[in-house]
Amino acid sequence: MEVGTGKVHRVAGPVVQATGLKSHMYDLVLVGEEGLMSEVIGISGDKHVIQVYEDTAGVKPGEPVKETGAPLVAQLGPGILTSIYDGIQRPLPQLIEASGNFISRGLFVDGIDHKKKWEFTPVVKKGDKVEPGQTIGTVQEQLLIKHKIMMPPDKRGTIKEIHSGNFTVEDTICVLEDGTELPMIQYWPVRKARPSRIKQAPTIPLRTGQRVIDGFFSLAKGGTAAIPGGFGTGKTVMQQTLSKWSDVDIVVYVGCGERGNEMADLLHEFPELVDPRTDRPLMERSIVFANTSNMPVAAREASIYTGITTAEYYRDMGYDVMLTADSTSRWAEAMRELSSRLEEMPGEEGYPAYLGARLADFYERSGRVTTLEGTEGSISIVGAVSPPGGDFTEPVTQNTLRITKVFWALDSKLTQRRHFPSINWLDSYSLYDLALEPWFMENVSPDWNKNKRRAMEILQENAELEEIVMLVGSDALPEDQQLTLEVARMIINFWLAQSAFHPVDTFCPYKKQFDLLKAILEFRDRAFDALARGVPTDVILGTPSKDALAKVRLVEDYEPELARVAAQMESEFKTMS
Amino acid sequence: MTKEYKTINEIKGPLLFVEKTEPVGFSELVEIRTEKGEVKRGQVLDTSNEVVVVQVFEGTGGLGKESSVKFTGDVIKMPLSPDIIGRVLSGSGQPKDGGPPIVPDVEREIAGAAINPAAREKPRAFIQTGISTIDGTNTLVRGQKLPIFSGAGLPHNDVALQIARQAKALGEAESFAVVFCAMGITNEEAQHFMADFERTGALERAVIFLNLADDPAVERLLTPRLGLTTAEYLAFDLDMHVLVIYTDMTNYCEAMRQMGAAREEVPGRRGYPGYMYTDLAIQYERAGIITGKKGSITQFPILTMPGDDITHPIPDLSGYITEGQLIVSRELHRKGIYPPIDIRPSLSRLMNSGIGAGHTREDHRAVSDQLYAYYAEGCDLRGLVAIVGKEALSERDRLVLEFADAFEQKFVNQGRDEDRSIFDTLDIGWNLLQALPETMLTRIDDHLIKKYHPRYRKKE
Ligand SMILES: Nc1ncnc2c1ncn2[C@@H]1O[C@H](COP(=O)(O)OP(=O)(O)OP(=O)(O)O)[C@@H](O)[C@H]1O
Ligand SMILES: [Mg+2]
Repeated sequence: MEVGTGKVHRVAGPVVQATGLKSHMYDLVLVGEEGLMSEVIGISGDKHVIQVYEDTAGVKPGEPVKETGAPLVAQLGPGILTSIYDGIQRPLPQLIEASGNFISRGLFVDGIDHKKKWEFTPVVKKGDKVEPGQTIGTVQEQLLIKHKIMMPPDKRGTIKEIHSGNFTVEDTICVLEDGTELPMIQYWPVRKARPSRIKQAPTIPLRTGQRVIDGFFSLAKGGTAAIPGGFGTGKTVMQQTLSKWSDVDIVVYVGCGERGNEMADLLHEFPELVDPRTDRPLMERSIVFANTSNMPVAAREASIYTGITTAEYYRDMGYDVMLTADSTSRWAEAMRELSSRLEEMPGEEGYPAYLGARLADFYERSGRVTTLEGTEGSISIVGAVSPPGGDFTEPVTQNTLRITKVFWALDSKLTQRRHFPSINWLDSYSLYDLALEPWFMENVSPDWNKNKRRAMEILQENAELEEIVMLVGSDALPEDQQLTLEVARMIINFWLAQSAFHPVDTFCPYKKQFDLLKAILEFRDRAFDALARGVPTDVILGTPSKDALAKVRLVEDYEPELARVAAQMESEFKTMS
Repeated sequence: MTKEYKTINEIKGPLLFVEKTEPVGFSELVEIRTEKGEVKRGQVLDTSNEVVVVQVFEGTGGLGKESSVKFTGDVIKMPLSPDIIGRVLSGSGQPKDGGPPIVPDVEREIAGAAINPAAREKPRAFIQTGISTIDGTNTLVRGQKLPIFSGAGLPHNDVALQIARQAKALGEAESFAVVFCAMGITNEEAQHFMADFERTGALERAVIFLNLADDPAVERLLTPRLGLTTAEYLAFDLDMHVLVIYTDMTNYCEAMRQMGAAREEVPGRRGYPGYMYTDLAIQYERAGIITGKKGSITQFPILTMPGDDITHPIPDLSGYITEGQLIVSRELHRKGIYPPIDIRPSLSRLMNSGIGAGHTREDHRAVSDQLYAYYAEGCDLRGLVAIVGKEALSERDRLVLEFADAFEQKFVNQGRDEDRSIFDTLDIGWNLLQALPETMLTRIDDHLIKKYHPRYRKKE
């Protein structure tokens, strides 16, 4: 397409109107003398409406608007891992080199290094027929991550030439019979989902090492979860914890309109944190998008799309990817801000009417799939939601809950009590529950689901009893109910509570989760036996082994300790009278 | 070179609509001259070939169709030099202390570009404020933004002043430079601050911006930007550790709402503009530390919650941006406790990086968690006691209830000039925990109990 130039007509904040353009919707254009990166988001009469990814101070009517003839694309190829990007995939460290500690305007930096050479090893040969998405070679991108160089999703043909050796991402590594020259790099429009063959059923859990999640409200590989909560209830800590410990190959962390210091924290921690499964720094398998709250809103709006596009690219290689978005509410607000500058008809609470559709499109890009090539890959999405006033009836939370299958409801009452994770065990749910049960029975214990249900019932009963306690005090309850209160307290404090900052307890393997809960339930059974034998409740509740049980979770090699506590418990209950 | 226009077509509230101009840049600084020769400043909010919309900072009073408008071709800048330290300026940056204008070494755009997140250093240097509810349970670190959420008539200003007086890094003698921005506070409140700054000599290392209640509301939109631009200069050019106190953020947000209404924007929640989150973030995010720079910016915004309602958009959006919040409680204030900081809804998110071995003491986290847990539980029990009486409580519950009372009296309560070291604070915590049986200390590792519990320490 021939690219032309138009003129700025009007500037109001991040939205610019221009005349004389032929660009299509979502095409990238460069605004003003400085060539600010921008995107066409509306066309009306002879005017194009453009959102600018950078600050527009100083831009005047009459300045040029250059067309590029293409939409906003992500650059996909070796070198994405370990990167830290802004919302439009500009690497932040390179921006420091270009403009110093503060982000200035009009800078264009490639998403991946176009000069660096990678060793490309072909896996197909001359004469082979290749299909869309098929791997034609590999690059060792990180020590443990092999990067598959795949046919673009819209190309097939017969190999005429294929090279091996050291190449930049732009060098031609393969020529097809029809003359098409293929470099390693692919450009993909971020607003368009990359295709896959079939979506598979969510039957494998995503192990997070968090007891309240794995044990009660588990996420499936390829699944979607929403984590709404008022400020300070633990969304960010949970997303960072999940990024650290989940059993996925690749982590995409999208910091969308949140804090600079939080991103600094993550950027310092990920390179240092050694992944226990691989013994390598977590950063080697991570991609971070950091478009903080004070960075331009239009780039914030784009960050979710660039993030999910890179996630899809690694999924297509057959990897399990987790994308966490903190926070989708800031994304929705960016949409609202831009929509109101466009003077669109506002929907609920000023959000655009298409809010629900956009959220759905985003979460739809998750899933465990059979890739074009026939391998299996997945994207699991965890989206934080920041409801105003912590009120879950607001539009972003409601629209999100309509789509996501897991709901981790953060509860500020728990936060105030410093119970972390502050996930409310009565309100939360996972719709993957039933689909995942067989996996747990087979791989952890046949009793997994039974114990989980028993624990849930105790907590349910506890909630009812607490209401009574609020009216009459706990001493007025019958003895068996007092025991139930205590057992519930044990489940809550010894099992559901889990500090993300404790060196050991931050991650809890399935077996340990199961054993700890089992021990608490055993205590319960022994306690009720003793009660039936006529032992008074205060004697039962004073059992020293009960308090010893509280600390087992903090021990790395917990099994001997748990066995010791269990033996102690057994003998204490035997001699109790 | 720059033309003057007499083509004002409409004046509405703080806005001017100017026609038939040459192309004017977005955000440009505008000078408006009244017929009487008075000069006011404004900024371009919307620019097109047909009309330019200008917001006037000093109010549109005295302006008419005959007033002339000059577009400067430049954005608003703050003149800066080391001489600015010790000065008192107006809310729009003009000298207010009778001193000469600032002769600038540099001029900086006040809009403030975003710090590249990859250039940020992780804040982790503990700041001792001498206040137990902060140091012990909501620890502040250098480079943090920690607002005080308060209500009308509560002693938030005293708390802010005490922090400004006492704040220091452990083992460093140097105190903080203070940038103080007043937005729409009363003359009396401003005097209170000024008197304290003078009494303690803080004025010598402070820069003061005063926009008082009777100053134009639109000017308030400039004040924090000027203050933060100054703070960045002090921190990143002059290597100083800067504490920025601004009060009252609620007045700033009201000014923003007023502007939004004047522009007939689609309002967001409760009439505040939809971009309020982004606007507040642009101010609050100007806190932090930059890799390779010696200085730092720590922010203490103060805001009064309308109707003491923490879900009101102003505290709510602030809480979503800042790194925690200190809540000043009316209930504690009524009980005569100072500082009346309710630790339950308070939070410092950067606490973890600034405490523990090497920063404060290894038992800090555990002690803090344990204090929190029983104080919160004790407060809940008060509700129950009001209904069923103390007698209906179990022995354990009674202990927890008594703990909560003692906690307020001994840990929370302290003098306005009492400067507690962090070690004193932690020991006060341990002494309170001593009243509980050791088995109840479920949040503290055994080895810490053995090392710090007063029972074992006495034996040593
Ligand atoms: N799992 C956890 N273990 C220990 N502490 C936690 C945990 N989760 C949260 N916290 C504590 O709560 C604080 C706030 O958590 P976080 O920053 O994740 O909140 P948030 O929901 O992201 O808030 P916001 O919406 O304002 O960003 C943390 O700084 C930490 O002190
Ligand atoms: Mg957060």
